[in-house]
Amino acid sequence: MTRVPAELTRRGFLSAAAGAGGTVVLALTLPGFGGREKPGASTGGQLNAWLAISADNSFTVIVDRSEMGQGVYTALPMLLAEELEIPVDAIKVVAAPVGDAYINPLNGGQVTGTSNSVQDAWDKLRIAGAQARTMLIFAAAERWRADPNTCRVENGWIYGPGGKAVSYGEVAGAAAKVPVPKDVKLKPKDRFRIIGKSRLRIDSAGKVDGSAEFGIDIKLPRMLHGALAQCPVLGGKVSSLDAAAAEAMPGVRKVLVAAGGVVVVADHFWQAIQARKALKITWDAGKNARLDNAAIRALLENAAKSDPGLSARAEGDAAAALKSARQSLHAVYELPLLAHATMEPMNCTADVKRDGCDLYVGTQVQQLAQAAAATAAGLEPSQVRVFTTLLGGGFGRRLDVDFIPAAVEASKAVGAPVKVIWTREDDMTHDTYRPPAREEVSGAWDAGGNLIAWKLHITSPSITARASPSVTDPFDSVVEYAVKYPYAVPNFALTYSRQEIGIDVGYMRSVSHAPNCFVIESFMDELAVAAGKNPVDFRVGLLKAKPRHARVLRTAAQRAGWGRPVGRRFQGVAFMEGYTTHMAQVAEISVDAGILKVHKITCVVDCGQMVNPRIVESQIESGIVFGLSAALWGEVTIVAGQVQQTNFNSYRLVRGNEMPELDVLLLESDEPPGGIGEPSVALVAPAICNAIFAATGRRLRTLPIAGALLKS
Amino acid sequence: MTKLRVNNRIMDIDAGPDTPLLWVLRDHLGMTGTKFGCGMALCGACTVHLDGAAVRSCVLPLSALEGKAVTTIEGLSPDRSHAVQKAWLEIDVPQCGYCQSGQIMSAAALLGGNPNPSDADIDAAMSGNLCRCGTYPRIRKAIHRAAELQRAPAQIRDGAQK
Repeated sequence: MTRVPAELTRRGFLSAAAGAGGTVVLALTLPGFGGREKPGASTGGQLNAWLAISADNSFTVIVDRSEMGQGVYTALPMLLAEELEIPVDAIKVVAAPVGDAYINPLNGGQVTGTSNSVQDAWDKLRIAGAQARTMLIFAAAERWRADPNTCRVENGWIYGPGGKAVSYGEVAGAAAKVPVPKDVKLKPKDRFRIIGKSRLRIDSAGKVDGSAEFGIDIKLPRMLHGALAQCPVLGGKVSSLDAAAAEAMPGVRKVLVAAGGVVVVADHFWQAIQARKALKITWDAGKNARLDNAAIRALLENAAKSDPGLSARAEGDAAAALKSARQSLHAVYELPLLAHATMEPMNCTADVKRDGCDLYVGTQVQQLAQAAAATAAGLEPSQVRVFTTLLGGGFGRRLDVDFIPAAVEASKAVGAPVKVIWTREDDMTHDTYRPPAREEVSGAWDAGGNLIAWKLHITSPSITARASPSVTDPFDSVVEYAVKYPYAVPNFALTYSRQEIGIDVGYMRSVSHAPNCFVIESFMDELAVAAGKNPVDFRVGLLKAKPRHARVLRTAAQRAGWGRPVGRRFQGVAFMEGYTTHMAQVAEISVDAGILKVHKITCVVDCGQMVNPRIVESQIESGIVFGLSAALWGEVTIVAGQVQQTNFNSYRLVRGNEMPELDVLLLESDEPPGGIGEPSVALVAPAICNAIFAATGRRLRTLPIAGALLKS
Repeated sequence: MTKLRVNNRIMDIDAGPDTPLLWVLRDHLGMTGTKFGCGMALCGACTVHLDGAAVRSCVLPLSALEGKAVTTIEGLSPDRSHAVQKAWLEIDVPQCGYCQSGQIMSAAALLGGNPNPSDADIDAAMSGNLCRCGTYPRIRKAIHRAAELQRAPAQIRDGAQK
């Protein structure tokens, strides 16, 4: 695994956010575009890092976040178009290369993650649009020898005194030479024409006719195909290799030991896959040869009992309050390993030449991809050009770059472009899994049923540490949401014990929010029941100082008909404020003869100012389906260091015929934009488990639900 | 050499007889709209039409296809004008988009044999197509919409002017 500086990682946002402050600097040095796309052809002009206008008045917006379904290729251009006054339909999107201008300070790198692409771009791209508009007007006014204040713009045209008109494209070249204005005034919300209005995505055409280009679809002249054999035991290495039989098979060009295993390079992928079966590899299984779920569970349990943990948040004296309270509860929750299972398996195409390397890859981390390729090729990062394709799902899996070096090494070895594709089995058994966790939680309430103490001790491997080994503070990515526990309680203690388990764990959609929210919202339900309170009223009572939170929760209860479920159905509720988005879900379920059916999930969302409500709605639905798969069946099991789930028959995902009814309500809000890609994932499991408790009296403290129900 | 009719063109394919149709399409013919998802007919990303019926191309060996007619997403229409594609665009179905070629081919096959599918019909025909982005609610809406477009294309397209 490539070591990377802390400032390049997603975790960096905790330290970088404070300094972000909304200051925007337009890039003055423009990154080099090479090869595939050349925005702003010579006759037009590139006005800033995100915008090029051609002489024919066509607009190219350079999007510096990876499109993985969340809609950045539509939402980000909409921000720029709002101020630039151009029609969104006329925009062509290209993926940004690696460049300092494209760093997301909220993430500390050129990173698509943490659901903050819109938050990061909100001021940046509107200012870029306003500056470009001002520069275009200035160039037109200069041409006309007119006062810029007498000119106005509409739909990509500038109109001046005396009926003069010129397209943006005609003056784009001159405008690119105009000094960038420092102070531009942005439109107030009541003048938005584009922002906040639902509109169709601009990347759909290629997705309905098959022409959309994902990493796996890259075609280059002379390109060969590679299959990677990886040690079945996680973390193992090649001990010896006999490639004679494989090398004799049709189409095979080369077999080489590379990062992560053995690569078979052939004319076609199917040939590479067949030849891979003929490899005779002796593996050195390494330290994980006997790893299994029982061992992982014991590691976490022992650490939880022996290590007091680092304090991540403390108020009052939770221990004393628990000790002296007349009524208290204690529970242990356990979360499983999960696989990302993007529909497009990991893949990477590399073209190593004498003086550089072109990398074609679906990645969420362009700089890290560049660094990984440079290391593998023996080049400087500046010699690697990264062409980001569409991502067939990211969900955090493509924040890792483990699937890149083998393609680079193979390309270097054969002197031709090589596309290495992981099979579904490769992908499922060599993921960077969502870490397991053991979360011990206690709460106490007084005679009036008021919550007086909350204590949570999380034990889990670190997500942050692999990227930033030097970080030893308690604010790991696995505890982030627990720190933000939203309810009012005078005595609060959150501690974190880091316990590694021998395998790589990674970021997965809704990162800490899914496990932490499951524990918090399930245990809040336990406390409400024990205190004899309605779970909605109990929460609302602890959100008195947070009207925005309370409004969302109340609205969800009202919309779902809380307390009045249909027929023999039961309801459960969950609330979360994560990614600056406020959200509540009510699950409506039935349990008949031990069979769980999820009938409906109501979700009420206040994510602040929306850019494109239609995409927001689809992301909320998307997260719910993602969370539903995890809640019902998500679990990776390990035997003798080998992952047992290999394909969609053993790692079950929700199918269309298994869908509950989804009712998503988006609340209008003037607050700043919040994230929408991840939050809805987290509330599904607690809402359903709380409903299961209402239906059966059984409290599920482990996931997945299917497994937990079986263990009765 | 195997002769295969793909999107109404006869193709001579020089690939091993065990090569799945999926990889023939993607690697030999350069038609990458058909996607690899699982290799075991579990996810539907590779769905194409074989003599009009939806099949999973990842498990269909070339040797079984001599003389058959294959339609891929690239051949469904020349200009995204198939009712299913139009409905998909109108309802804004795709998110990441990776599974959508397969979803569209399954939906088109369904509507080919059943012009007015019920929700239960949709469940039955589409349950083999996974979508990790969870576009299922919009897929259902879009199939109903495509059925409408297919039934009364002129009226609906012209905004029901008559």
